[in-house]
Amino acid sequence: MCVTCGCSNDEAAAHGLQEEHAARQDQEARGSALHAAASGMPAYRHAHPGANNGHWHADGTWHRHGHDAAGTVGTSLALPVAGRAVSEASRTLRIERDILAKNDAIASLNRRRFAEQGIFAVNLVSSPGSGKTSLLVATAKALKHDMPLAVIEGDQQSSLDADRVRAAGVDAVQINTAKGCHLDAQMVADALRELQVVDDSLLLIENVGNLVCPAAFDLGEAHKVVILSVTEGDDKPLKYPDMFHAADLVIINKMDLLPHVDFDVTAAIDYARRVRPGVEAMLLSTRTGKGFDAWLAWLQRGVADATALRMQTEHT
Amino acid sequence: MHELALAQSVIALVETTARRHAARCVTRVRLEIGALSHVSPAALQFCFDAAARGTLAERARLDILATPGEGWCMPCGATVKIANRGEPCPACGSYQLTVVRGDEMAVKDIDVS
Repeated sequence: MCVTCGCSNDEAAAHGLQEEHAARQDQEARGSALHAAASGMPAYRHAHPGANNGHWHADGTWHRHGHDAAGTVGTSLALPVAGRAVSEASRTLRIERDILAKNDAIASLNRRRFAEQGIFAVNLVSSPGSGKTSLLVATAKALKHDMPLAVIEGDQQSSLDADRVRAAGVDAVQINTAKGCHLDAQMVADALRELQVVDDSLLLIENVGNLVCPAAFDLGEAHKVVILSVTEGDDKPLKYPDMFHAADLVIINKMDLLPHVDFDVTAAIDYARRVRPGVEAMLLSTRTGKGFDAWLAWLQRGVADATALRMQTEHT
Repeated sequence: MHELALAQSVIALVETTARRHAARCVTRVRLEIGALSHVSPAALQFCFDAAARGTLAERARLDILATPGEGWCMPCGATVKIANRGEPCPACGSYQLTVVRGDEMAVKDIDVS
């Protein structure tokens, strides 16, 4: 079973899970509300009658009641955290580990390998349709004679994107996540085994088109770069703050279409800097090439820095 | 829906610990989820229920302890509560806030028998 995206040996079961979850999320959106409590008290969330998706208690814990066979809500087992009364046969075992400890450990190994080899790895993230793949293909064509480079593509299904990159003359491997919504560190580690990745090179990773989930998963990259096209809303950074907080560079793409849309570039960058103060921003058009030199220079500097660090480390 | 991946990571951590202590069954899992983290508690509960089937955690109750968001404001030096990313400092209105608390996602402890 894929530990990260949940597609089991029985993919039909995994697919059913997705449909059921979509329905539950809809129910939760209708049935739950977040209220701000009186000042000085923590905010609490509760479910409206009919949507038993869980609730918060004043002590800051969240849980859900179970149902018995007749459908009535079972008695809560909520107990105060301090002085917890557990049965004699029961023990409490401390864990104190980050939920993503395993992914982060694999990401660290990826990062260490990149450092040892002088590889500048960039994780491109965006919503679907921002022009990520076209930007990546244009980048590959522009740089392939200047430096070794390789690409890892991530999509639910098909090899269309990796095919486009290979047609441009650059080595690429396609990861298909099936029902998964993001790439994780293990997928990247596995993909690296299929690529001819050489020292002092550029590795471009195109994540699954999704402005939510990839923010949580470290792949071992040097930077996350978020791409926002002018055909999307300029308020995206406020609506998807996790991703814009996680990115070290914001690319405003499809600038050639700006005269035809109501996108406010200054506002978009201002919003991005509210969730990530001081974040670097670039404006470019893959179609016309406007602003592309700055992007290529950013990548070239990254590879140069990674190379210098590798050489420095080898000599110590 | 990345909460499924997170739920599976929780279960893996829980099972490893339970097995190490020769436990037969996990009855409660306590998580600490920060207000500014990447998790919806309801989605995590849903995915936990599904992912726990057939594991030592399949009868476990999931308790989520919420930690509030807190940040340090660079211009005025105040430590302030942050409910959501992208909100200004309540003291001076600046957006230059560094999160110091509230983005954690951790498994605290489990009850086993």
